[in-house]
Amino acid sequence: MTVNATAVVPESPVAANGRDRRATLIRVVLWVVGLAILYRLPLLLSKPDVVKLTGIACFAIAALGLNLLTGYNGQISVGHGAFFGIGAYTTAILVTNNGWSPLGTLIPAAIISLIVGMIVGLPALRIRGVYLALVTLALATMFPQIIIKYKDLTGGTQGLDFEPDQELTAPSWSGLKDNQWRYYVVIVVAVVAFLLVRNLVRSRVGRALVAMRDNETAAEVVGVNLSLYKVMTFGVSAMLAGIGGSLYTMNSSHVDANQFGVTLSITILVMVVVGGAATTFGPAVGAFVVVMLPELFPASVPKVLTPAVFGLLLILLMAVAPGGIVGLTKQAVAWVRARMGGSSPPAPPEDAGGEPASIAPTTPS
Amino acid sequence: MSNFLQYLFLGLGKGAVYATLALSLVIIFRTTGLLNFAQGEMAMFSTYLTWMFWEQWGLSPWLALAASMVVSFGLGAFIERVLIRPVGNAASNPLAVVIVTIGLFLAINALAQWIWGTTPKRPPPIFPNGSVEVLGASISYQSLGTLAVLAVEVVLLWVLFTKTKVGLAMRGVASNTESSSLAGVPVGLILMFGWGLAAALGALAGLLTATGGSVAGFDSTFMQVALIYAFAAATLGGFDSPVGAVVGGLIVGVVAELCADYIPFIGEPLRLFPAFALILIVLLVRPQGLFGKAQVRRV
Repeated sequence: MTVNATAVVPESPVAANGRDRRATLIRVVLWVVGLAILYRLPLLLSKPDVVKLTGIACFAIAALGLNLLTGYNGQISVGHGAFFGIGAYTTAILVTNNGWSPLGTLIPAAIISLIVGMIVGLPALRIRGVYLALVTLALATMFPQIIIKYKDLTGGTQGLDFEPDQELTAPSWSGLKDNQWRYYVVIVVAVVAFLLVRNLVRSRVGRALVAMRDNETAAEVVGVNLSLYKVMTFGVSAMLAGIGGSLYTMNSSHVDANQFGVTLSITILVMVVVGGAATTFGPAVGAFVVVMLPELFPASVPKVLTPAVFGLLLILLMAVAPGGIVGLTKQAVAWVRARMGGSSPPAPPEDAGGEPASIAPTTPS
Repeated sequence: MSNFLQYLFLGLGKGAVYATLALSLVIIFRTTGLLNFAQGEMAMFSTYLTWMFWEQWGLSPWLALAASMVVSFGLGAFIERVLIRPVGNAASNPLAVVIVTIGLFLAINALAQWIWGTTPKRPPPIFPNGSVEVLGASISYQSLGTLAVLAVEVVLLWVLFTKTKVGLAMRGVASNTESSSLAGVPVGLILMFGWGLAAALGALAGLLTATGGSVAGFDSTFMQVALIYAFAAATLGGFDSPVGAVVGGLIVGVVAELCADYIPFIGEPLRLFPAFALILIVLLVRPQGLFGKAQVRRV
């Protein structure tokens, strides 16, 4: 697998310090600007756009979870649509059947998908690589059948709809419209989830996950508890997908069996890969691009061809840029830096504890 | 008892269909070592081609199938050369190859929807309607015909693999790509041939699935469930064993049918559950399947 040739160029500590401080400053500014944009957007956009953006954030949470599992830990799942569905149905059933308030269902949805994810993760202790992809694909194909089987509870293909008084509505003190309130709820959860995953990946746990991906035996030899980490990663990853599904349902006030088939699972995987697997911002970028890119197509391109564009994009990315959009951006930034400041080291490698490079070797052998 | 025989025949007929698709999976796995998640969609596309040749160009059903197999062979070889090969081999990087076949899955599905729309199409009838009585149970011509087609296919593949130069080269590439290349086997051409062959057999599997499937006809999603059955068959038989694919297919067909008929919990809606359980159990307990070679991993 990829090894970063960390050619450390000796340089004076003062210079390094100065660059570090500048980088930190840039980072802080970018964060503030980013959060400010996220805060202002729903006040500027029309209702359908806000609803769409909220949906993107829900997918981004699920993609964040899948990135943890597939990007950092190297376990391939083509079944995260099922966990998304489990979260969605937990919320829908508790709200329409049991009269819960929508937000109150977030915790149960998270716990149930965590538990199911850990159970599905158990076989992953023995099954790896493409075979794990196969098992999860079978699971994703079967999920809608399970929903239809229990149609008394789930509404089958008809689905479940929230009554108007069951929907997630803005409290009067906020002075917001319902769609804006939902947006803020989802964004807050998304940012929290994002920070948690980012810190997790940069911690001891994150290094263990990457070590397992790159060489399982070596990781075990240096004392990584493979079983524990694999099952926990699967669980947490599924939990994030479930949270995404739960919030998605709160946003749309509707679920049905056809939403959660193989296509959804594949879509979430596409988001991770297009955005950039094993990168911090990849899943969010991927979710945004996958949902919004079709809008940019000229009207002459029929909508049914959208998946074909993504399919070819996937193949192309794997061949030329396995790091996805974020990986490409990093390369571009490094290139520009190398051009501008002649003395700075070419393509600064990820700082210690930073994110690992892309999952795929750049040179097919 | 006659009920049981009835279900058994039904299961065998369906199993023969899964076996034909599983054979495609096995051929690709043997030559390139990858699980082709797009195999079902490729077969779906080929089935539309068959339909087009028959319905719109007026060929007879069998001739349409033959034409579709030829075209599919070319498309399969093209896919290998242009889309699969640049990404590298499956052993060194499973994730990239899985993602490429998933990309292929999306692309082919969308292309078929764009070309042929979403209204179901009626597949060309290749077997007469009706059935014969055997031991008090009826077995349809469809099932009998499918089993016969499978038998012919197996014999031809056996001849190809054991009696011809091409088959020998394919086995060589499968067992040791580098050595075969040094011995003068044109590895690239063999890989293209393997993909082409798998695609052509997929055309057959697709048509058999469609004619044995719902009376309403087939649409662009009809191979997705069939693919899982085929994967169950290939897993059970062992991904590198053609014999395994056939035996596995028949077993999966019968087991799925009997489970659906006799276990009320599974019934019609959860038909796929036995296949899923089979995949899971085989991979956990005996990953090489019934007939496959166990792989030793060195570290």
